[in-house]
Amino acid sequence: MARTLAEKVWESHVVRRAPGEPDLLYIDLHLVHEVTSPQAFDGLRLAGRPVRRPDLTLATEDHNVPTLDIDLPIADPVSRTQVETLRRNCAEFDVPLHSLGDEEQGIVHVVGPQLGLTQPGMTVVCGDSHTSTHGAFGALAFGIGTSEVEHVLATQTLPLRPFKTMAVTIEGDLAAGVTAKDVILAVIAEIGTGGGQGYVIEYRGSAVKAMSMEARMTMCNMSIEAGARAGMVAPDETTYEFLKGRPRAPRDPDWDTAVQTWERLRSDNDAHFDREVVIDVAGLTPYVTWGTNPAQGAPLWSRVPDPATFADDNERAAGYRALDYMGLRPGTPLRDIEVDTVFLGSCTNGRIEDLRAAAAVIRGRQVTEGVRMLVVPGSVRVRLAAEDEGLDVVFKEAGAEWRNAGCSMCLGMNPDQLAPGERSASTSNRNFEGRQGKGGRTHLVSPQVAAATAVVGRLASPADLESTRG
Amino acid sequence: MDPITTHTGRAVALRRSDVDTDQIIPAVYLKRVTRTGFEDGLFAAWRADPEFVLNRPESAGATVLVAGPNFGTGSSREHAVWALRDHGFRVVVSSGFADIFRGNAGKGGLVTAQVRQRDVDDLWDAIDADPKVEVTVDLAGRTVTWGDRAVGFEIDDYTRWRLMQGLDDVDLTLRHVSDVQVFESQRPSWLPVTR
Ligand code: SF4
Repeated sequence: MARTLAEKVWESHVVRRAPGEPDLLYIDLHLVHEVTSPQAFDGLRLAGRPVRRPDLTLATEDHNVPTLDIDLPIADPVSRTQVETLRRNCAEFDVPLHSLGDEEQGIVHVVGPQLGLTQPGMTVVCGDSHTSTHGAFGALAFGIGTSEVEHVLATQTLPLRPFKTMAVTIEGDLAAGVTAKDVILAVIAEIGTGGGQGYVIEYRGSAVKAMSMEARMTMCNMSIEAGARAGMVAPDETTYEFLKGRPRAPRDPDWDTAVQTWERLRSDNDAHFDREVVIDVAGLTPYVTWGTNPAQGAPLWSRVPDPATFADDNERAAGYRALDYMGLRPGTPLRDIEVDTVFLGSCTNGRIEDLRAAAAVIRGRQVTEGVRMLVVPGSVRVRLAAEDEGLDVVFKEAGAEWRNAGCSMCLGMNPDQLAPGERSASTSNRNFEGRQGKGGRTHLVSPQVAAATAVVGRLASPADLESTRG
Repeated sequence: MDPITTHTGRAVALRRSDVDTDQIIPAVYLKRVTRTGFEDGLFAAWRADPEFVLNRPESAGATVLVAGPNFGTGSSREHAVWALRDHGFRVVVSSGFADIFRGNAGKGGLVTAQVRQRDVDDLWDAIDADPKVEVTVDLAGRTVTWGDRAVGFEIDDYTRWRLMQGLDDVDLTLRHVSDVQVFESQRPSWLPVTR
């Protein structure tokens, strides 16, 4: 029978199948962080159970950690308690942990791939919705709740009902300065924030083929913003190239065996998808959001839309609410919108390629007066690599703040937050009300747009900068 | 989890409908890092009122909560079940439960006994008349009994079986641990490990 990539990975992980019951799936990699794990460990403790496979489990500290003064105790008591609890739990249950100060610490979805732990055909879970990031490798990767975290810790399996499958075929060559972030924002605007509900999306087509691993991760990362459980890309040479030589990747002579196995991980030609969407990106220009959900986006060259023109009643109402919260008027050119803060980072755009792209734009230029720009590498490794290349100097000379690794202003659980009414251009993934701090207003953008915006002080693309290099 | 076939205890009449999970446990109590100790957050806003039924001396030690329809509506927080359990409740009797709450209760060893609203009304009156009245909830016979009254209740077969066996999700999976072992023995050796 012809099968999709997602179905192939699913089938190869069924531990037990019985009529009327969910499939019991084996989990190859379980990533853990401080926010969603404490009750799960406590549940194990109450029941007197061990972690079944600590060697398939990896914990990092990311959501709460400060990005300044990381050698001092964490000031916020709730954050400190969560981090300290994770440390105690990992010690007690023998789970490997990358703590603040460790060279492998960072955002859980940046750390897994960079260690080579995320590989094609694996099942990967984490108590975090952006686990979909790992699907870029052709893994089936999705977020789970705290009870499920406990279930995986105790059994290394999860009882699950199958997902539906959706193919999103992306064709065309991306214009210079247009990135995977712009593509995924356009995809979400097309299918809506609920359009992916219940689906695993497989991204394919010539534009995806041409993307780097970092770009594919950016795209899969935001599958969840379209409501999907997971996003996937079939593995290819780009995937193998990225993995080869990473600390946890297969070594010779296993490497060839692994690649042979991975080569079979593509959807069969006649495989059936429950839904198919085709998007042409040849004419795509940089995309930004104007509202308070990720589907409320538009080309940077356009204007704030008038909700009165929206056909759907709910969307119209949501549009008015969003404009009110964002303090925007219909018809305002998006490039007239002034920002206070620029955030470059997160598991969406906090990898080395993202920092390079932003640095190339800002090199020799200045962050404009009155704007603060935070550059927060996704992991310590990313920070060190960037420092090796001198990117930290580029950012600092431009007047940006160079920080330590973590989730930071993506969700504002640490001190990096917007003040009420403040407006940001942010490379993260959620522009929900209050996401970056109570009353904060978020415009989601690509790293290049973030950098250009920092220089201009208004939403801008690199093309707007031609005459500003000093 | 402890198996539960039949439970007898004193009851509290919570004469309210649409009790949502934000009322059962407000969000500020969710910051804790343990699985236990949520009793202080149970109905925290309502308990500020000294007249609230749970604050009355005769409610101390009650283990059965009798509430109006659509109990447990709202956010999916599992803490709502933990808070009720930690306070000492083993059973909630209501004329209707929100789906997610019902699912979470089954996972957390809290019995949700669904009866007709008429029976809830009668039970409320019986508790008001005599706060010491003993209520028995029998999972085997699917009955709620007090005084000389016995009424049937609804609960799905699978949840009932699990409660009577005292099995949580993890227990259920661990029954198939040999399947897991077989699967593990066949995984390629080159798959990554974290240490
Ligand atoms: S960077 Fe943001 S989206 Fe990613 S894991 Fe951290 S908080 Fe979640």
